[in-house]
Amino acid sequence: MDFAGSDQDSRAKAVPVAIKILVAGGFGAGKTTLVSSLTEIRPLRTEEDLTAPSALIDLTAGVEDKTTTTVAMDFGRITIRDDLVVYLFGTPGQKRFWFMWDELAIGALGAVVLADTRRLADCFPAIDYFERRGTPFIVAVNCFDGATRFPAEIIRSALNLNAGVPVMVCDARRRASCRDALVTLVEHAIRLLAVSPDAVSSAR
Amino acid sequence: MPPADDEWLDRDAGPVVRPYAVTGGRTRPSGGTFDLVTMVTAVRGIQAAVDDLEPEHLTLLRLCRLPTSVAELAADLDLPLGVVRILLSDMRERRLIAVHQPVPTRLNDALLLKEVADGLRRL
Repeated sequence: MDFAGSDQDSRAKAVPVAIKILVAGGFGAGKTTLVSSLTEIRPLRTEEDLTAPSALIDLTAGVEDKTTTTVAMDFGRITIRDDLVVYLFGTPGQKRFWFMWDELAIGALGAVVLADTRRLADCFPAIDYFERRGTPFIVAVNCFDGATRFPAEIIRSALNLNAGVPVMVCDARRRASCRDALVTLVEHAIRLLAVSPDAVSSAR
Repeated sequence: MPPADDEWLDRDAGPVVRPYAVTGGRTRPSGGTFDLVTMVTAVRGIQAAVDDLEPEHLTLLRLCRLPTSVAELAADLDLPLGVVRILLSDMRERRLIAVHQPVPTRLNDALLLKEVADGLRRL
C-alpha cells in the first residue's frame, strides 16, 4: 500500500474513502476473471451463521450442531488515489448465499451483473435482488468463445430489464473491457443520483 | 495451548471449529459490527497490556499500521471474516485500534462518483 506520509499526523488524515462495487452473476459467468483482469485477486473467506433470520434454506437439516457455512469470495482493490479506493467483491451467485448479499449490498455503489448467453437464467436472481433493493446495476454480457452473440437489445428484452439499465457486451479476460464495465456502472449511478437522489439514498 | 487441545482439534473437527478456537469459541463480535470496507488503524504507542492477546491479534495490529479495510485484513490473515471481526472487536474494546466506518452518504456525492469514474478510466 502506498499511503502518503509516514509520520503520525499525516497518517491520521490518510483514511481513504472506500467504495464498494459488487460483481455478481451465475456460477462460471466470469466473476473471478473480471476481478482478476482489473486487480490482484485475493480470496476472502467468510463463515456465516445459517440460523440468521435471512437464511432462507434448510441446509442444516439433520446436522443440528453445524450452523455455519464457509463461503469464499473474490476480492480485489483498485487504488484510485491515496485517499480513494475501490473494492471489488465477487459475490457468490447462488440464491442460497443471499444472506451474504445483504451485507455486501449495504453501502455498495452498485453491481456489475455478468451474464452468460448460454445460461442467461443464471443471472436472474442477481437482477431480481438488485432491482428489489434499488442498488444501481448494469448487465455485462460476457462473450464466451463459441457462444452465439446477441445484440444488447435482445438481451435486455430477454432479461425484461428497465429501459434505463445499461446492457453492454464485455470480455472479462480483457482489462480494458472490464474497466469499461465499471465506468459504465459508475456513470449509471451518477445518472440515477441526478434523476432521483432520494430514491438512491434510501436504497442504501 | 496445552497439547490436549491440539489433539482434540484434529482434522475431523472440520474447518469451522478451528478458526473459532482463536476467539475462545465466541462467534459474535462485541459492540457494533465491522463492514467489509470499514477502515481500521492501529493506535500508535500502545505498549502495555498486550500480554494476553493471541498472536493473531498482534498480527492484525501489525497489518493495520496504515488504514486497512476489514476485508483486506481477513484476506491477509487468511482467517474467515467472522473470526477477524471478533478479534477486531477485542482490540476496539481495548482501544488498540481506531475504527473508521464507511459513510454511506458519500455515495450521494456526485462529485466523488465522478472522481471514481475518472480514476477507473485511467486504468
